Amino acid sequence: MGARILGVEYYLPDKILTNQDIENQYPDWNASKVEKKVGIRQRHIAANDESSLDLAVKAAERLLIDFDRKVIDFIIFCTQSPEYLLPTSACIIQDKLGLKKSIGALDFNLGCSGYIYGLALAKGLINSGISQNVLLLTGETYSKFIAKEDIGNRSIFGDAGSATIISRSDEEHIGEFVFGTDGKGAENLIVKKPTAKQGYALHENEHPVIYMNGPEIFNFTIEIIPSLISETLSKNNRCFNDISYLIMHQANKYMLDFLISNMGIDPGKCHVDLLNYGNTVSNTIPIALKDAIDLKIITIDDIVQLAGFGVGYSWGSVILKI
Amino acid sequence: MKETFLSLIAECIEREANDINETDRFRDYEEWDSLAVLSLIAMIKQNFDIIIPRKDFDSLYTIEELYNYIQGQKK
Repeated sequence: MGARILGVEYYLPDKILTNQDIENQYPDWNASKVEKKVGIRQRHIAANDESSLDLAVKAAERLLIDFDRKVIDFIIFCTQSPEYLLPTSACIIQDKLGLKKSIGALDFNLGCSGYIYGLALAKGLINSGISQNVLLLTGETYSKFIAKEDIGNRSIFGDAGSATIISRSDEEHIGEFVFGTDGKGAENLIVKKPTAKQGYALHENEHPVIYMNGPEIFNFTIEIIPSLISETLSKNNRCFNDISYLIMHQANKYMLDFLISNMGIDPGKCHVDLLNYGNTVSNTIPIALKDAIDLKIITIDDIVQLAGFGVGYSWGSVILKI
Repeated sequence: MKETFLSLIAECIEREANDINETDRFRDYEEWDSLAVLSLIAMIKQNFDIIIPRKDFDSLYTIEELYNYIQGQKK
């Protein structure tokens, strides 16, 4: 017995911010250089009245066209931009999706490693007999944390939601995980205010603002990821040749290209596509998974490695049989 | 200083190699931006297998200082 992903869907908000839009506002900003190096041409941005849970619900509605929603017995929702401090978004999602009341629902706060954690939680819930069909959702609206004049982060991050169903199966399809954490990196990617230590107060016209120390994040990535990839392979008794496809968190093209060349692995087996989405945090891996399945890059029985890494610092990787 | 190091820097910053001198403060180049920082980090890791912590990097101003730092760290 084991657990298996039975379906993945995602949702992108309607509003699109193109490189040209940014260049029109800031003529000194070089749109073509950003597309060439960072690999992003446009990103989707949530509307003012659209929250992370709304994006996740829309993704889930797409997924539940093909599934009986009565079988869902657990919701786990990954977000760092929840609509409310409380209640738990997953509780609101249960109601919005019209799922039965006899289910478990929880949120967890992780960024770019979140999808890997979600798969681990789902596998644990299923293999321990607690759950049969887990709905794993991700939803992120970092755009609401980004100052208007912070063109660097505006050009990188996009908003999105995703939904994945993981169900009990005859054979185990979700392999062994490797995780890592280094809280010393917390200060390098952080929304410092509102904070509990200041009563969650913000000044008039003040908004939460994300701070990212790009060079330090890049350092962390090139130090940690190659060993994360290889440790996960060996824990699963695999080598890279056994892998049909590697999906790393789509942080930016420059970083991914560097990691691929640094690890000396076949770029043809690595997903690099953020052109139309940007970095959508915990959504990048499910978006890539769905796109790769739709494009038949990945097919049934393929062995696929996933790796997420970022804010925290937090990282994780797993190997799946599709 | 090795010519190759200057040409590696030139490639990162996307500036003509003959327009780069070891005494230059690289942050003053008009081509310098956040992507150039990533290019430098990547180039130094790839060629010297060294990762420069941000606080050390922030204390390096000229290409010569950067070169000397790398020589001091070489494994």
